Amino acid sequence: MENVQQPFFHRGPTPLARFLLAVSLALALIAADGRFGYLVHLQRAVAVIVHPLQQIALLPGWLSARVAGFFTTQSQLAVRNGVLEQQNLVNQAALLRLEALEQENARLRTLLDSRSTRPPGALFAEIVYSHRDPFTRRVIVDKGSSAGVAEGHPVVDAEGLVGQVTRVFPWSSRVTLITDKDMIVPVQVMRSGVRGVLYGTGSDGRLELRFMPFSADIQAGDRLVTSGIDGTYPAGLPVALVEEVERDAAQMFARVAARPATGVNRYRQVLILAQPAPETANPGMDDPPPAARRRAKKAG
Amino acid sequence: MAAPRQELLLPVKPLFLWATLVAALLLNLLPWAGWLAAIRPDFTALALLFWIVREPQRVGFGTAFAFGLAMDIGQASLFGQHALAYAVIAYSATLLRRRLRMFSADKHVLQILPVLLVAQVVVLLVNLASGAASPGWTWLVPPVTGALLWPLVWAVLLLPQRPRVDPEHPI
Repeated sequence: MENVQQPFFHRGPTPLARFLLAVSLALALIAADGRFGYLVHLQRAVAVIVHPLQQIALLPGWLSARVAGFFTTQSQLAVRNGVLEQQNLVNQAALLRLEALEQENARLRTLLDSRSTRPPGALFAEIVYSHRDPFTRRVIVDKGSSAGVAEGHPVVDAEGLVGQVTRVFPWSSRVTLITDKDMIVPVQVMRSGVRGVLYGTGSDGRLELRFMPFSADIQAGDRLVTSGIDGTYPAGLPVALVEEVERDAAQMFARVAARPATGVNRYRQVLILAQPAPETANPGMDDPPPAARRRAKKAG
Repeated sequence: MAAPRQELLLPVKPLFLWATLVAALLLNLLPWAGWLAAIRPDFTALALLFWIVREPQRVGFGTAFAFGLAMDIGQASLFGQHALAYAVIAYSATLLRRRLRMFSADKHVLQILPVLLVAQVVVLLVNLASGAASPGWTWLVPPVTGALLWPLVWAVLLLPQRPRVDPEHPI
């Protein structure tokens, strides 16, 4: 007669088996997110669960800011008001010029019989978290898909391009800064019109303009603006300032180091340019690839 | 070495257990800045370690994994890297469980430190493999502060389980 002894306690798989299962699952998630950008829905679900906790975590800072704001003195406010009024005057003058230019531009465009560029709709957002993870340059802003943000929207502040929305959650979204190692922005030298591709390096305040030929007309102090040929960023946004150009005959290309025009450390408010991606004129074969999208693979 | 005085503890309240885990996650999600951010220990890792050592029937790999995913979203890091680190922590906790009971909390520090360091290095390796630049030696500071904080975590999380002893009637 068979005598099968039942275990007293149900134990399930051994710790090692559970560990290996968890590790392989985690590695699969990492590969799915890092390599292929899958699992967006799972990430959104987790984000919805974590969102209230994030809000609570921000509460002390918000409260202290409110209390500090309550106690600003009248003189401080007056000084600030004066500064803002001056700034407003300058902006007004610039705006008038812009209006004239826009009209002129519209006339010229009708002459050329081309499609008019739509002014992008802008969405005001605030950075709630910055620099949590030392390996990436990403921030979290307080507007999400419920406010109309979508992946791929460029993000700017008062001084230029900040980055691009790379993941949208219902009430928040993740902005990858131009300094992230995976970010590439197609740019143009403002002075000479030379086009190039600006790579993030993963460290703050450092960008690299790669694959520039020796003969390219570029020098330290040049301003780099978006070229707009990728269809992601509108043309003409300030991006970076060239810091040094190194032409080493041993190298294939000139080494161009740049510094971002803006810093997320300075501003908490950003604008998300929520525009429908315009179809661009065909970028020619000699143009850089439409690189503003995040690289799926690392460029070799 | 003498084992610490064994004491009879009350059973843990499930509400307290889960509340402390969520509170630890909340501490991690606070907007830390400057040098505080550089030395911030991983509170969630400490809380998970404690509860897997103390209550292996309630908290295990699944909990660790879920909290890891929450951390990844909260920190905007590579999805799954904290899940991996917390799996390492959960496994170490199951291995250390019996040994830690032989020592008092202040002697746990040097046994906890390698666990936290390994978890941190795992995260570093994952990120280096995905092409990130190394964050430098400061990356190894949070495990040290975490290990130093361990006796405090141990004392605080055990507090509600200690029976109230009436000095007039000890038994």
